[in-house]
Amino acid sequence: MSVVLMIKKLKKSFGSLNVLQGIDLEVEEGETIVILGSSGSGKSTLLRCINFLEMPTSGEIYLNGALVGNPRGEGENSRIIYRESELCRLRTKIGMVFQQFNLFPHMTVLENVMEGQVTVLKRQKTDSAKRAKEQLERVGLIDKIDQYPSRLSGGQQQRVAIARALAMDPQVMLFDEVTSALDPELVGEVLLTIRSLSEEGMTMLLVTHEIGFAYHVADRILFIHEGLIHEQGIPKEVLLHPRQVRTKEFLEGHSAFSLPEIGTSSD
Amino acid sequence: MYEWDFSVIPRNIDLLLLGLYGTIKVFLTAFAIGLPFGLVLALLRLSRNKIVSLSASLFIDFLRSTPALVLIFWFFFAFPILIGLMVQAFLAATLTLAIVAAAFYAEIFRAGIASIERGQWESALALGMTYTALMRRIILPQAVKRMIPAFLERTIELLKTTPLMAAVAYSDLLFQAMDIAQKTFRPLEVLTAVAGIYFLMIYPMSLGVRKLERHLAKSGESTVH
Amino acid sequence: MPKAVNLLYIDGRIMGNNYNWDFNSILINWDVFAHGLVVTAQLSALTLATGLGLGFFLGLARYSRHQIFRLPSSIFVEIFRNVPALVVVIWFFFAFPIVSPFEVDAFTAAFLAISANTAAFSADIYRGGIQSISPHQWEAGRALGMSYLTIMRRIIFPQAIKRIIPPLTGRGIEAIKLSTLASVIAVNELLYAAKQLSALNFNPIEAYTTVAFLFFIIIYPLTHISYFLERRFGLSD
Repeated sequence: MSVVLMIKKLKKSFGSLNVLQGIDLEVEEGETIVILGSSGSGKSTLLRCINFLEMPTSGEIYLNGALVGNPRGEGENSRIIYRESELCRLRTKIGMVFQQFNLFPHMTVLENVMEGQVTVLKRQKTDSAKRAKEQLERVGLIDKIDQYPSRLSGGQQQRVAIARALAMDPQVMLFDEVTSALDPELVGEVLLTIRSLSEEGMTMLLVTHEIGFAYHVADRILFIHEGLIHEQGIPKEVLLHPRQVRTKEFLEGHSAFSLPEIGTSSD
Repeated sequence: MYEWDFSVIPRNIDLLLLGLYGTIKVFLTAFAIGLPFGLVLALLRLSRNKIVSLSASLFIDFLRSTPALVLIFWFFFAFPILIGLMVQAFLAATLTLAIVAAAFYAEIFRAGIASIERGQWESALALGMTYTALMRRIILPQAVKRMIPAFLERTIELLKTTPLMAAVAYSDLLFQAMDIAQKTFRPLEVLTAVAGIYFLMIYPMSLGVRKLERHLAKSGESTVH
Repeated sequence: MPKAVNLLYIDGRIMGNNYNWDFNSILINWDVFAHGLVVTAQLSALTLATGLGLGFFLGLARYSRHQIFRLPSSIFVEIFRNVPALVVVIWFFFAFPIVSPFEVDAFTAAFLAISANTAAFSADIYRGGIQSISPHQWEAGRALGMSYLTIMRRIIFPQAIKRIIPPLTGRGIEAIKLSTLASVIAVNELLYAAKQLSALNFNPIEAYTTVAFLFFIIIYPLTHISYFLERRFGLSD
């Protein structure tokens, strides 16, 4: 199993606000990692640093063993310089799906999924259309290809967004609270899509509040608190037998009003 | 009781038509110059070079803050001496109105682009698009649609600024009206009729734009003001 | 104007760059500018107050349920929004006195014209502000048992004011710019002062540049105040 993504001592500050205080992480190929944490803990920022929508204040990110960016300076003064062209190329290998879907409203569903392929990867239109249809088939929306996003439900739009990211053939997928903006009955269809992606072996990092989903789908859970990885491990450990106090508090807050388990005992 | 005599108008219709022609000439010329210039200014303002974008901003703000009549007088009385050449009234008026319109167009353009949600920028970036590609494929196509009503409104405003030319004795509709009024001693009839002509030109345009705005609002498109 | 043309011939032979800048005569005559500035301020303040005030009632009348208020106010608003301001100024100075029961001097004519223009544009701003308050607010007031007037006074107005103020300041800035139109009918405001001085001292460049600069430094900060107000009032929404 190779390490696809490696993060060393990642720090991110917004002015005087230190959001990420030093994240170290290795992500193996095919791993599904779920990142939990309360708001302001830095979990979304971590995701957004991985594809450089936010520029890290310090720290290193490696994709497939290669450092992203060019190091400059020595010791105390060492920085990493990032060039736009390199970041653009990187982002074609790392796909991202957003909480607000962010589909392009002036393009049809098919055009949305083709856009990145044609404009960025410079694929032929016919080729892109074929692959776009494959991805839309995969997420179950092949019958909507000529519709405009405004005609689709939230869950459908989000699945199109997933198809759009997948059409780029990324190595890693990032999901940033992708079901938080959805009506409850639409959440399921999106989570099912993500689970099947995970089962097919996609390397992915998800920030989510869906603890039940995390339990069933994640290979590893990261609990972020105040900009650091507070606790990590397999779901059974972190979610059912958390060791840290903060983790326990977080989980208790989340399960204050959950339905009683039918049949299974939780201990 | 004042005796109205509207017959002065048909008797001087040729002069009025001449004036109308002058108005439309300046309007179309100023529009033809102002629109492309406005786009250029807007692009300069978007430049990532701080000096360029700041200068463009200042230039735009200057043109929007200074009264148009002051600028027309400056171009007509002051500028010729500076460059040592005579400047005709037509040129002074048209150029001034054009660059003032350009400044407003540039501002509409900027507001249009700023109104596109951050999420559109981010998802385009996440796909690996460069700044240029993202502007060309994602931001501008959406922004232009939103700007159309404000843009049309501003163009109507341009038409409403054309009477300022009369102040530098260019033969537009207002100038002819004043001229005829003096000659016939019937300012009330002439000026009221001319106000009516302006109204008949502008009101339908204004209504049209408002209808368009309502139509766009209904179909869920947001617009810029 | 003939004087300016003569100057041109003289300077035309020497070429533009040899022009002798003469800001001295501007400084000597600063009192002329000061007087012009005062008149500009007076005209702007009066038209602003009248226009914004009248606009309020026009706004209410225009969308009232009674035709007798709606029709005249709508006509007024459409006329003064769609006829160019300078045309209205000229009309009030040359045409109106003929049927007017009272004296109309240049200042009055400019005042009437610019006030009407400002009122017509403000009317829709007021209406927009009130209509933009969500109907849910009305419902909440009624659920509490409030009368129409009480709801207007305690719930709608305080919120509408916030939405109205930024565009109204824009209108105020416009009124200041419109005051320059009065120079065309020889009202002794700032632009007219520049005209006078440039004819007297043969220094149109200095005179008009100074005036352009003065208007800019007065109006530009006001536009930033307007943006600031927009942001500040927009936040608490």
